[in-house]
Order: sequence, then C-alpha cells, then structure tokens
Amino acid sequence: MSERVLDLDPVGAGDTEILEVSMGPHHPSTHGVFRMDVRLEGEKVVRLKPVFGYLHRNHEKIAEHGAYLAAIPYTDRLDYLCSMTNNWGYCLAVEKLAGISVPERAEYIRVIVSELTRFQNHAGLIGFLLQDMGASGTPLMYAFREREKILDLFESLSGARMMCNYMRFGGVRVDCTPAWLDEVRSMLAGLPKFVDEFEALLRGNEILMARTQGVGVLPRELAINAGITGPMLRASGVNYDIRKVDHYGIYDRFEFRVPLGDHGDVYDRYMMRVLEMRESIKILEQALRDIPAGPIMDPKVRLRGLRPKAGEAYGRIESPKGELGFFLISDGSTIPYRYRVRPPSMINLTILEDMCLGQNVADVVITLGSVDIVLGEVDR
Amino acid sequence: MLGEGIIQGLVETARNFFGSYVDKDRLTTVQYPEERQPLPEAARVFPFLLYDGDDPVAGLRCVACQICEKECPPRCIHIDKSKDKKPDFVGKQQFYPAVFNIDVSVCMSCQICVEVCPFDAIRMDNAFELSTTDRFGGLLYTKRELAKSNEYYQQIHPTEAAECDERRAKELADAKAKATAAAAAAAAKAAQAANPAAAPESATQASKNGAAAPAPSANGSATGAKGEPAKSETKVGQ
Repeated sequence: MSERVLDLDPVGAGDTEILEVSMGPHHPSTHGVFRMDVRLEGEKVVRLKPVFGYLHRNHEKIAEHGAYLAAIPYTDRLDYLCSMTNNWGYCLAVEKLAGISVPERAEYIRVIVSELTRFQNHAGLIGFLLQDMGASGTPLMYAFREREKILDLFESLSGARMMCNYMRFGGVRVDCTPAWLDEVRSMLAGLPKFVDEFEALLRGNEILMARTQGVGVLPRELAINAGITGPMLRASGVNYDIRKVDHYGIYDRFEFRVPLGDHGDVYDRYMMRVLEMRESIKILEQALRDIPAGPIMDPKVRLRGLRPKAGEAYGRIESPKGELGFFLISDGSTIPYRYRVRPPSMINLTILEDMCLGQNVADVVITLGSVDIVLGEVDR
Repeated sequence: MLGEGIIQGLVETARNFFGSYVDKDRLTTVQYPEERQPLPEAARVFPFLLYDGDDPVAGLRCVACQICEKECPPRCIHIDKSKDKKPDFVGKQQFYPAVFNIDVSVCMSCQICVEVCPFDAIRMDNAFELSTTDRFGGLLYTKRELAKSNEYYQQIHPTEAAECDERRAKELADAKAKATAAAAAAAAKAAQAANPAAAPESATQASKNGAAAPAPSANGSATGAKGEPAKSETKVGQ
C-alpha cells in the first residue's frame, strides 16, 4: 500500500490532514487487480474512487469477431469462479436470438451444475470475506475443501475444473452418466452438514458481529436506484430473484425460498450467502430427483456456422453474483453484430463509495469483500 | 453469554482438526509430487493429433481441412496444406498437413477443435506437467510433437476412444462394402462387355468372369481408391 500525503484539501477543523491512500492494485484484500483511491481523514473515509480496468481483455470485441460458438469459452473467463452460469447466460441469449429450444434433460443438467456453481461461489466468497476480517485461513480452507469436491465433479463432467465450456446453445455438450449423478447425490448428502458447521464456525462470533453489523450499510432505495442485483440487493430487503421473476430455464418447477436481509449491512450479506447455499441444496435435491432421461441437445441446432435471423435478444440469469445478462444483436451473419455483457460484479461495485463513506478504512476492506466481485467480470 | 460464539467456533475448528485424522471427507488434499489423484477420464489440457498404426507421418488422420484452424477461438492453430495427397484409413486420397502448429501458450483448452473435427483427428491430451524453460520454441508444438498414437488415446480416454474406434471401424466397413459392390458391378459390366450373349447372373458368376476379364483396371477406376487389386479381388471372390 503506497501512501502519500497531500497538501491539498486541508480540513478546516482539527489538525488532521487528508491522507490519500491507494489501496491496490496489488493488495490481498482487493480480490484481484483492483485499486481504490481512498481519501482519509484520520481513520475515516471521505472519498473513495474505484479504479478498474487492469484486467481488461476485450471480451466483447473478441466475441464480435468470432462465431457464436467461439464466444462460449470466453464467457468461462468472465467470472472465472462460475463458468457454468456464465455459459448459461450466454446460451440463453443465443437461444432467444435464434429461437432454439432446449431438451428437458439438458435443462435439468443446467440447473444442477448452476446450483453447484452457486454453492461453491458462496462458500468461497464467505471464506474470502472472513479471511479479509482476519479469520486467517481456517474458514477459507474449509470453504475450498468443499469447493474442491464440486470442482472435481465439474472436471469429471466437462473436463475442466474451472473453465468448463460445458453448455451449448440448444443443450449441453456431454451427457452426464448415472455414475456422475450418484456422485453428486453422495456429495450433496454431506453438504448440509458442511453448511451447519461453516455457519456455526463464526455466525455467533462476537468479534465478527461487532465487526460487521451496521457496517457498510446499503439502504433499500439506494440499492434499487443503483441497479444492484443478486444477494447484495436481497440483503437490503428487496425481494428480487431472477429465478423467481423470470423463470428462465425450468426454475418454476422447483420449490425454494428467496432469503431476504433486513439491514443491508455486511453481516446480512454474509448471512444471505449462507441461506442461499441452503436453498441451492434444496433445488439440487429436487433436480436430482426429477431428472428425466432423453437427449441433451436440440438435434436441429447447428453449432458451427449458426446464422440467427437479424434481430436482438437479451438473455439474463441469476448468477451467484447477481443479474448476469448478455445482449446480442444479429445482422444475419455468422458473427454477432453486437455483443454486450451486463456484469453483476461491476454494477454492484459502483455503489462501493456510498457504502464506505464515513466508515473506518478497515471497514472498506470487508465492505468490498461482501460485494462479491470477480475482476474478470468487472473488467472483461 | 459473551464469548459463547467464539467457543462454538473453536469447537468447530477442533472438530475439523481432529476429524482430519480420521475422516476422509475432512482431509481431501494429497502431497502432490509424491502422491497423485487420478485424473478423471474427461480431463483435458491441450490438443494432440492422432495417428493410426506405427508411423506418425503416414498414419496421421488429419486431412488439413482447416476447420479447427477457423473455429479455434484464440486462433492458436496454424495449418499449411500439403501439395500432394496420401491415402487415408479407408484408402481415399487426401491432403495432409505439411505444417501443423499449435501454440499452447495461446491455446485455452476449450476443446472446440475436437468438437468440430469431422475426421476424429484431433483430441485432448491430459498431460499437464508441461513447463519448459524455452518460452517460444518450447511452447510451440509442431506436427511431430503433436502426433500421438491411437493406443495412447485409448489409454487416456478409454470410453471416448472405444466409441471413436467403433465409428471408424464402421466407416471402414462401409467403405469396403462400397468398394466391393463397386468392384462387383464393374466386374459384371466387364464380363457383360466380354460376353454380350450371357445375361448378368449371380455375383459368383460375375466375379469368376471378372477374374478372367481385365478386372484390375475396372477395379481401380470404380473404387477410386488405392491400387490394391489383389485385395479387392479376394473381396470380389468371396
């Protein structure tokens, strides 16, 4: 952390000077290459400007120069913890654009892998958040232990742990075997116990509560006005889950609840993830019970050289971080005319300054941690 | 009571710590270079080229159609088509890649080349310990380094390889049947030409006549394939 004393903006009252601290881009708390320009008056934050773009990879323009199929592996690298949900968001947009239907079994497989993704993302996030607060290593280690089991399942299904490149417009790439489904079932049987333990580890911890309750409060109206989505919005008490609102895929068939927070502080956002992990387990149990046999790809769909009719489509899903949307415009050729991602991480990050103003500098770290960003998606 | 939450957390830590000695689910790591976890069958790292038989040059399945080069999202494949042709596994004359390079420092292991290949010529390897001190030459794999045998493929992806072999065996059988039928038809025609009075009869009759008649030339043109008249003739005779 580099520090430099500014002689600009001297504060009238007291002897304190404004201190400008550049947190990041190489800072362990910033979850990637992300910089915050923080102005401090003593310990208090008076200004905070997020600076990002260090991981810009030209994702959208690359996708506009390749076939529709060629963009799928790039979407893996948006939010690199949740490649399955990214695939789904993109495939949903292409399916809307080209009018492709998805077979039943493929829909179920998509739900299964997406809920597993949500589970491992939330487990990982809580681990990192607690690590930011000083619970060094232990929660993160437990979270990664469970995450690894899920990633092993992804690897045996799709061939890669993180860059799965699994879904295709019109279905999924490979079918899951009964043995794989049994593995998921046996892994799933252990998950509620893990969540219980993980929650008991620090939920009631007095230090954690003192550190997180009332910190980084995001009021309900501000959250709505800023376009915040996902667990962060729900922690502020807004009942908005695209799985419930939009019923994309087959989410209307599953029974699950949408947990809601009350205060919109860091603690609520932490608990929101724990509760969502429990709901994911419920969805997984139902999906594994009901999964039918059948094809996994629409036989009519052409993966290579897909030419959707001229038009536009917006596909959105509830990714673990919020509303992940892909906007596509087709001019009738084999490559998209315009390709645009609505990244939940980035839009949720824009509100960081409002949450941090007036807080201590140490709280900036945990407020950022509770937003749940992945810089691959923020910078694209 | 103040401190209850902390104690509860410590209980969980203790449970996990002692549990890691007895419970396999609580200790999932292995000591990597000495111990290894088996790779799943689907595991993929970088692509390789398949060849049949023993000769990586003659048996290379790739016909330099350049579909993978076009479809590769990061464009890490470079292919130069050959000027001449060589027979493929069914005996059809095909081009082959004079140059086939994959820059694995660019490759993102997405497997799209494998999906789009209509000739089962490119597959994903699962070797992952590929570090090299030569960042340019060492990471540019040429045709020679990429060529791996079908036995290797069967070893690393048994299920997929079995399906692939079955499909190719069927293709080969179809091609042979087609060649046989074409040869028989050609022989019958030749026989008819040689002996216009006799009406076309059974296949054995035709083939018998065909053996006497100038069959090899008819054979070669009809199958459009390899110059293996002896083999075709035995097939015709059956």
